[in-house]
Amino acid sequence: MKEKGEYFMEGNIACAEGALKAGCGFYAGYPITPASEVMNHLSEELPKVGGRFIQMEDELGSMASIVGASWTGLKSMTATSGPGFSLMQENLGYAVMTETPCVVVNVQRAGPSTGQATKPGTGDVMQARFGSQGDYELIALSPNSVQEMFDFTVRAFNLAERYRTPVVLLADAGVGHMREKVKIREDVKTVKRRRPEEGEREFFDTDREDHVPPMPNFGEGEELLVTGSTHLGDGTRDTSSFEAQDNLVRRLVDKIEDNREDIEDWEEHHAEDSDLVVVSYGSMSRPARGAVRKARKEGHNVGFFRPKVIWPSPEKRLKKIGENSKVLLAELSLRGYRMEVERSVPSENLHIFDRLNSLPTVDKIYDNIKEVL
Amino acid sequence: MLKAKDIKEKYVRSHPSPFCPGCGGGMVLNSLSRAVEKSKLSKDEIVAVSGIGCAAWIPSPHWRVDTLHTTHGRAIAFATGVKLGNQDLEVMVVSGDGDCAGIGGNHLLHGARNNVDMNVFMINNGLYAMTGGQVAPTTEHDEETLTTPYGNPSSSFEAAEVVKAAGAGHVARWTTYHMNELIEEVEKAIETDGFSFIEILTQCPTRTGKKKNMSGLEMLEWYKENTSKDQDTEKIYVGTLSKVDKPELTEQIYRQIKEAGGDPK
Amino acid sequence: MSKDVEINIDRKLCTGCGICIKFCPKDVLDESDDLNQYGNHFAEVVAEEECIVCRRCELYCPDFAIEVEER
Repeated sequence: MKEKGEYFMEGNIACAEGALKAGCGFYAGYPITPASEVMNHLSEELPKVGGRFIQMEDELGSMASIVGASWTGLKSMTATSGPGFSLMQENLGYAVMTETPCVVVNVQRAGPSTGQATKPGTGDVMQARFGSQGDYELIALSPNSVQEMFDFTVRAFNLAERYRTPVVLLADAGVGHMREKVKIREDVKTVKRRRPEEGEREFFDTDREDHVPPMPNFGEGEELLVTGSTHLGDGTRDTSSFEAQDNLVRRLVDKIEDNREDIEDWEEHHAEDSDLVVVSYGSMSRPARGAVRKARKEGHNVGFFRPKVIWPSPEKRLKKIGENSKVLLAELSLRGYRMEVERSVPSENLHIFDRLNSLPTVDKIYDNIKEVL
Repeated sequence: MLKAKDIKEKYVRSHPSPFCPGCGGGMVLNSLSRAVEKSKLSKDEIVAVSGIGCAAWIPSPHWRVDTLHTTHGRAIAFATGVKLGNQDLEVMVVSGDGDCAGIGGNHLLHGARNNVDMNVFMINNGLYAMTGGQVAPTTEHDEETLTTPYGNPSSSFEAAEVVKAAGAGHVARWTTYHMNELIEEVEKAIETDGFSFIEILTQCPTRTGKKKNMSGLEMLEWYKENTSKDQDTEKIYVGTLSKVDKPELTEQIYRQIKEAGGDPK
Repeated sequence: MSKDVEINIDRKLCTGCGICIKFCPKDVLDESDDLNQYGNHFAEVVAEEECIVCRRCELYCPDFAIEVEER
């Protein structure tokens, strides 16, 4: 684990270092480009701080084992890319249903299917949110720098522990393989899951306003019933009553929805009063922000908006922006975040700058801004 | 002698059971509980991990221990995380033949290869019972099932032999007819620091029974007639298939952590 | 031994599979003519005095429905 200081570092390594700082105690993974460096680094560093590392037989097993380890009280994590992320959907849903804190890193690459393993893409945005079956909400963060690969990994662990939910770090090959300066602070704030208080016996329901029940560990004599089937507050499987389904699934969704204020995070510049606001995220948001800066220097009234937390999407903010100005969505995919922005911005105000594969130059985006203006 | 009343009070919850009349599921629950009672284990140390299917319901919710009822086929992978997370826990996987050898086959192979300390009980009824009796990897050649109405064109999978070849520390096969032997074997599994795999041939009076026109009781008698503790007969061998000493995964990983300067606690 | 043994069969738990009846070495149990609430012919004790307390019925009952008590 790196000492406090400034480093020149690859994004994936910064992610691994963030995990170590956050107190990760268990990592399971399977090799995949462009995410393997997270695993390579942790295989060496995690044991030094007492953490367990295992390379599993596949991503199904990786996701399964981090859920198992989380129930022994360890902060758990896996990292992958699109093809592996597809395999993880099954047990990502299980983590949602059983309210198991864990962090899943997806260093996105160009898809669908095998696509182009070393090239960036952000076509998994919708999958991160909707990839597993049934109704649910989860949290996904979208870093755009090596610094954010570090910071957001720490935050991903904190949110996972705070809300007893899987959190996805939705990176891309651009930020994952980029090398730049990262500052590691000494005083990184970490959060641990809420443990049951004396006499508290409901681990799968709560009257608390934050909707987060306490979580015991295996081996503490609680005779825990953890199940992916619909269950009651004490964990008992109930596969027939409508009330049980309604109570559980509604609370799981509300747990994210009602805590938006605490979860949501974005970056914006002149988003209130501009003729055009460029909306972008991930590695694409770097040249996009540069293009906005250039446009403003040239005297154009242009703003910038970047969701740092992409799920739950800052839909109210986007709606407000779309009411008052034109929006140019710049993204490294054709269908990544588009439908969510379309939902919030009236079609006559929405313009799309989509690219597959190569990151465009600042000038390319700048030219497009001028066209739209 | 252990009394059923004591076993039931200490180890069983949510009865009446959901199992069909004559099903062997409850007998497996009984045998696991008795083995734990006879061992030095406290039930608070046990985590029972299961997947999907009738067999997965044996521990969840009926066994009064910590339970992790997971997704189809993945129980051994979940269990690996539990064991590596806390070495002091005794991890028991209860899985049907479809769950364990079909959809979960790859996890089974690698759990055995890793020789990770857990006890896997494959409840083998020869088909997918919960979904209506479809063909499974353990269904015999030519056998009729719901989805092999013209007979099974494929051949069956000798899971225990495969697990043995994959390197598990302890492999055995018994049936629900052999309750006393089974309990002893489960005790051995608990004592083994490594991957223990016990295949338990278990009667399904509803699905298999319907096809073969046999009751649960008749199937138990069939097990009696068609199994042998002697490996040199045509009958199904019951007993220990393999017991080898080889490095256990959790032990190795904890040792490496300590050597790297970390503290696994 | 008869005076000292009491065999209780919980008819709510008994599914009438007949395993205990067959596995009893002393023919202590038999199928009842009555039905329980699930429509099963549960097992009943017909020759308690023959019981040798081997507890084979307890061991083989899939439903934890039988308890043999020594008084």
